[in-house]
Amino acid sequence: MRSLGLYVPGDSFLHRAPAGAKLLVLLVFGVATVFLNQWPGVTVALVVVLGLYAWARIGWRMLFAQIRPLWALLLFVAVFHTWVSGPVRAYEVLGALIALVLAAALVTLTSPVSAMVDAVVAAARPLRRLGADPERIGLMLTLGIRCVPLMAVLVREVSEAQWARGAQRSVRAFAVPLIVRALRQADALGESLVARGVDD
Amino acid sequence: MKIDVVDVGHVYPGPSSRRVLDGVNVALTERRIGIIGANGSGKSTFLRLLNGLIVPSEGRVEVDGLDTAKKAREVRKKVGFCFTDPDSQIIMPTVAEDVGFGLRKSGLPKDEQRAKVMALLEHFGLAGHADHPAHLLSGGQKQLLAMASVLITEPTLLVMDEPTTLLDLRNAAMIGRVVAELEPAVVLATHHLYLLESFDRVLVFEGGHLVADDAPGPAIATYRRLMEAA
Repeated sequence: MRSLGLYVPGDSFLHRAPAGAKLLVLLVFGVATVFLNQWPGVTVALVVVLGLYAWARIGWRMLFAQIRPLWALLLFVAVFHTWVSGPVRAYEVLGALIALVLAAALVTLTSPVSAMVDAVVAAARPLRRLGADPERIGLMLTLGIRCVPLMAVLVREVSEAQWARGAQRSVRAFAVPLIVRALRQADALGESLVARGVDD
Repeated sequence: MKIDVVDVGHVYPGPSSRRVLDGVNVALTERRIGIIGANGSGKSTFLRLLNGLIVPSEGRVEVDGLDTAKKAREVRKKVGFCFTDPDSQIIMPTVAEDVGFGLRKSGLPKDEQRAKVMALLEHFGLAGHADHPAHLLSGGQKQLLAMASVLITEPTLLVMDEPTTLLDLRNAAMIGRVVAELEPAVVLATHHLYLLESFDRVLVFEGGHLVADDAPGPAIATYRRLMEAA
């Protein structure tokens, strides 16, 4: 589950930088990548991101783990753009996509989730005037991240049960228990949040 | 700490409207109280009444004079709760962050929060896992983490709903040793009856009724008779 971009402890400059500043730079980087979408700009973006990974002392294996889950999408984009617009355009689109994914992953790899939640809560504070609760927005982010490994476990367990009972081709036999168990898990998590005084 | 359960009955609403507790009257003041009973006997509902997770349909529950139906927030500050499945209790991705979650609104400076978290993790033998993903811990370690996450807020009572049910015998015994050394008072429901041998008092539930309230030896004997007669 490290490959989902969880925090990797370290003491580099990027690790010590405030999470809010990193999220802001990521936003600027994302916007810049949209506008600098010619091959020289994309190459610079890729070099910058790879340089930042080296600076943060995050190894190649961890770097590739960030883009591995997207290989099918990246392959589709590469083939589609090579066919429709040629190899240069395919490089520009693919390069920009990889640079963005790696940059976003770098923020989560170098920032504890609690620091990112603090940053999001601070950024959402002006919304209090509109009736929004910044702590609740931070909690939504936390629970979103928490639910990824939880759902992965549920999917694995339901798949195993499905295989054990020989119903591996049935979508319904997979979806129904998964949804029921996900709802029960959500209920239990909600009860746990109340027990820990989160709703008070 | 004193808990008063007065004429409590509880019915879960819904089409089947199941009555799970009926006419329960008990005052709890001891530091170690065990709860035993068959599945569906009302143990978990009784435990959830103690920190206001469930408000009784009939009667009232008071913790140090605070009615759980009216002062749930104050009650939950005093009464921590550990669930059977620690996975449903883990909120943050890493061990230290999950324990520190309870201190977010404490107003303590970040470095003090971190020091407090690390001291507790050290006490539970989890300091080496502080920055590890919480969901990758073993079952026993996850249950320790769940306890640490509750104890960080320093409750005066810890309510535990079958914390050893999903554990092997070694981990169950380890949790038993940790519970025995805890500072706060403990109300523990379990099917591992040996964990309750050193407790001050044991309550036995059957069919939503409190059927025995005694020292561990006689209470466990009553429970065994009930199970053998069923």
